Amino acid sequence: MFTLAKRNLFQDKLRLAVTLTGVVFAVVLIIVEFGLFVGFIQTTSALIDHSHADLWVMSSHIPYLELGLPMSERKLYQIKSVPGVARTDKYVVALTRWNRPDGGQNQIQIVGFNPDTAWGGPWSVVQGSIDDLKTPDAVMVDDLYKGMLGVSRIGEVFEINGHRARVVGFTHGIRSFTVSPCVFTSFRNALDYARLRDNQTSYVLVGLEPGVNVEEVRRNIAARIDDVNILTPREFSRKTQNYWTFKTGAGIAILLGAVLGVLVGFVVVAQTIYATTMDHLKEFGTLKAMGAPNSYVQRVILIQAGISAAIGYVVGMIVSGLIVRFCQPAGAPILLNWWMVLLTLTLTLSMCAGAALISIKKVTQLDPASVFKG
Amino acid sequence: MKTAITVRDVRKTFREGNNAVPVLHGVDIEVHHGEVVMLMGPSGSGKTTLLSIMGCILQACSGSIVIDGEEVSHLGEEDLPRIRREHIGFIFQSFNLFPTLAAAENVELMLDVKGIRGIPARKLARNLLSSVGLIDKADTVPANLSGGQKQRVAIARALAGDPGIILADEPTAALDSQTGRGIMEMLRRLAHERGRAVVIVTHDPRVLEFADRTIHMEDGKITGASTNPMEVSAAEAAASPAFPSPVALP
Repeated sequence: MFTLAKRNLFQDKLRLAVTLTGVVFAVVLIIVEFGLFVGFIQTTSALIDHSHADLWVMSSHIPYLELGLPMSERKLYQIKSVPGVARTDKYVVALTRWNRPDGGQNQIQIVGFNPDTAWGGPWSVVQGSIDDLKTPDAVMVDDLYKGMLGVSRIGEVFEINGHRARVVGFTHGIRSFTVSPCVFTSFRNALDYARLRDNQTSYVLVGLEPGVNVEEVRRNIAARIDDVNILTPREFSRKTQNYWTFKTGAGIAILLGAVLGVLVGFVVVAQTIYATTMDHLKEFGTLKAMGAPNSYVQRVILIQAGISAAIGYVVGMIVSGLIVRFCQPAGAPILLNWWMVLLTLTLTLSMCAGAALISIKKVTQLDPASVFKG
Repeated sequence: MKTAITVRDVRKTFREGNNAVPVLHGVDIEVHHGEVVMLMGPSGSGKTTLLSIMGCILQACSGSIVIDGEEVSHLGEEDLPRIRREHIGFIFQSFNLFPTLAAAENVELMLDVKGIRGIPARKLARNLLSSVGLIDKADTVPANLSGGQKQRVAIARALAGDPGIILADEPTAALDSQTGRGIMEMLRRLAHERGRAVVIVTHDPRVLEFADRTIHMEDGKITGASTNPMEVSAAEAAASPAFPSPVALP
């Protein structure tokens, strides 16, 4: 059975190439689009996911992280007095301008945090240290955006929104999903860069004492402070991801690319497997005439589809791996992990099996008496 | 001799659009193990339809068909492949070999259908090819075989799984006379020496000498039967050329 399926498939090399091209196309689109999608949504909430805080407190109706509105730092002291709260930190995320040495400007996302706790700070420092951010005017940028911001080495001085900024270190892999790279600094410096008043903050990060009930603390905070939203990092992360995925349509657009890849692959594979089946219809009729049940001839076609899926998947994964590698320095966050590899394999096999259904229906309906018609 | 196939009052009608076309009108026939039976008749006489019904490829509209003691006329369509697998081997006019498989692989495929796989299947396939004198062509694809060799591979394939009944539809039509005689010799030996029931549909009067019984059909009915292979109706003899030129092999 396997030999027949393999030989049928490899008999017409050109048709096989077309089939595999369809599968490879689908695999690459699935991996790249899903990878972009996962990278995209993870990037939108990366600061929240790496914050180490137990709760985030913010003004009401904030739909996503970058839209934090200034609120009075008095709220921080109110939160500190709630039983179960171990620690609070002020935190700011704001869009502002970075002036390059060549006179150009870039929009950046200034992230102001407490360097003592490092909550909400950078998580992959490769040069310098977080303690270096305690000094005045100190900032840290990601090495991915060095070229964009005109930075070449530690110690260089730039201007952010009219204030001096000295590069004291680099991170690696902290991407921004927009064109505005994250620039980390102390909360004190961020007030200047973001033009906030001393008694303001965008967020309060809350750390709880070990063993306390998070919901109870949340209720107690809500009872003391009006007009705030109190979310766990997971909740705020989801909220931010959902906003960018569904409200802006960006995520849907990326997912549609993956769906399109599957559809194209399905059509190509269905067409070529059907053509191969029609070419070998007499043989399938002979098989049935000689006693092969429908399930036997169906399995031959499914094996053909399976072989196409397997070869196309392997080639597609190699091509996808090269694309992911190529895109890394370009800043496109295409994530590739084990569950995506498995998901793509499942989708590829399902796609090819589904594409074979039309051919399976054809051979199932084939009259074995047709072999006597010459 | 043990009865292999019993057909009693079998009728078959085909539907063509709104029209009903009766093809068999109450046919009775018995075929025994160890004999060669030939079905002869003009085109449209119902020979191939009868062969298809005996081979459980088509179902009769009415009547009884018993294959090796099992009544099959009431079986559903999904049960007929089992009967074919267990009891019947087929040989076709245009060989119907799988072009992408070598000779041995064609036989192995049939063994695979019958549930015999791996090394036992490979050994059995080569033994079968050896029995038809083609062991040296085991790894040759059909495109590189002569017509006679292809038909011998087809015979080996039909014997896969050791069926008791061999049904052949015009097995010598695509062959020259000498090659055709060789094939018929083989089929006769299958019946006489190995106890198979062999039923052959043919137009070719040259092969009549190999029959133990000849059954003549016309317009869906049996019009004559003979145990003397040379007793062919004058019309049949006139309709079939005595020594046709060799047919170009496909």
